[in-house]
Amino acid sequence: MFGFFGKKKRRRTNKKGTLSVDRGILVFENTSDVIQAERALKQSGWTVRVMGPPPEIQTGCDLVIEFPLIEELNILRELEAADIVVMQVVPVTAPLLEPVSLFHTRDFGDYLMVRAANMKITVSKKDMKIVNISGGGCPDVPYLAREMVGKTLPAAPRPRDLGHTLCGYALDLAYGELCRKS
Amino acid sequence: MSKIVGIVGTVPDPAFPLIHGKASLADGRLRIGGREVSVDRGTPALLAAAIRAAECLEGVDVYAFLVGDIGRGGGSRALYQFLEQHLAEFDLSVLAFHYLQPDVDWHNRVLFAVDAMPRRPVLIADAGFMYAAKMSGQAACYDLFTPDRGELAFLADELAPHPFYTRGFILHQDQAVPDLIRRAYAHQNGAAYLLVKGRTDYLADEKQVIATVASPAHNAMEAIGGTGDTLTGLLAALCGAGYSRTDAAVAAALANRLTGRYANPSPATQVAELIDKIPQALSKALNGYRKEASHVG
Repeated sequence: MFGFFGKKKRRRTNKKGTLSVDRGILVFENTSDVIQAERALKQSGWTVRVMGPPPEIQTGCDLVIEFPLIEELNILRELEAADIVVMQVVPVTAPLLEPVSLFHTRDFGDYLMVRAANMKITVSKKDMKIVNISGGGCPDVPYLAREMVGKTLPAAPRPRDLGHTLCGYALDLAYGELCRKS
Repeated sequence: MSKIVGIVGTVPDPAFPLIHGKASLADGRLRIGGREVSVDRGTPALLAAAIRAAECLEGVDVYAFLVGDIGRGGGSRALYQFLEQHLAEFDLSVLAFHYLQPDVDWHNRVLFAVDAMPRRPVLIADAGFMYAAKMSGQAACYDLFTPDRGELAFLADELAPHPFYTRGFILHQDQAVPDLIRRAYAHQNGAAYLLVKGRTDYLADEKQVIATVASPAHNAMEAIGGTGDTLTGLLAALCGAGYSRTDAAVAAALANRLTGRYANPSPATQVAELIDKIPQALSKALNGYRKEASHVG
């Protein structure tokens, strides 16, 4: 789903076959900061990807941003300019959890539903109005549903702009997939 | 013996204060502590379903512990702290946890507080609190989890800290539900019972699939936000009325499906329309249950 470092920079392994430390993760206070940081860095042309944190810094509802460690200073400067606070920078020495990248689409005839991870979004094909949002377990899901249901896809706020949790992030992936299909 | 069903969750309004008290419905809106909340989704939908179900069940009261939270977690943490400090003061027959920010540390503190209650209620976990319960490694402390198929895959994935990270080979559609149930229990991520909602609802324990409920079937229900919440609300009310956990689960699954028969939903139907049908649906489901019980007896 996400490209990383472009074609020229592939992950390097040492003689033992383990990953060498050329990647780092940026740790933020909450998922909202991760979403903002991802947007800011991608807008500036950085190739970064959102991943799951390693177990030692996991609390259950987390995202981190994986980045090329060699660019640490430039990326931190970029985020500071955007007023986004990074709590920790940690080198990556083991594989990180990957966000779900499978989408499931269901055609109900007059309606189309897309599911990403545990989140589902359904639109009316006639006018692309969002008619239902379901699934999820984090408290921003009912909030996002309240803000989005009844609006058309282009008029609705993006989940990544209002959401704060992994469920919100998953809903944004489903929303993006639905936009690509419409 | 008290038949008070406690429901813990959040309201999607950052200004909503921490409130606890008996919950009721008036003109289709949830009323608690002098406030009114719409029941269109989330914990208010679960509460509304439990309240409508209680209308058909003798002596069941629904007591809510609510706080505003739109995903930043502050409200959830305030509610966790309240429960840690005050849960021992409540005598509840059922305690159902719902849309809360998953937080393993706070989950564990709340579970300690449950141990200090005058009697141990039937413990149900759904949504974010179920995620934290799985992450904590203490799933077995719960009587019932109510995952959908995707959340079951998360329970079956011993490495995933959230459904967002469920690995593809487990999440894949071809994985049969009974296989996922077995895997969830093999990794000690199942409650005493799993009520898995989906095209077919499954009730299972560690040893076997106990029951399945597949009809009536309405495809549109999958798209409607809140149908899982209403199932958990029905389940909590039935457990509160004294039904065994397995009878309550089967009756709740059947009644939830029957709301679809009576509402004749499309994917655009809102859950409030289904909640309105709960008394009719639950009466029908319990009528079948009573007939079966008298036949067996």
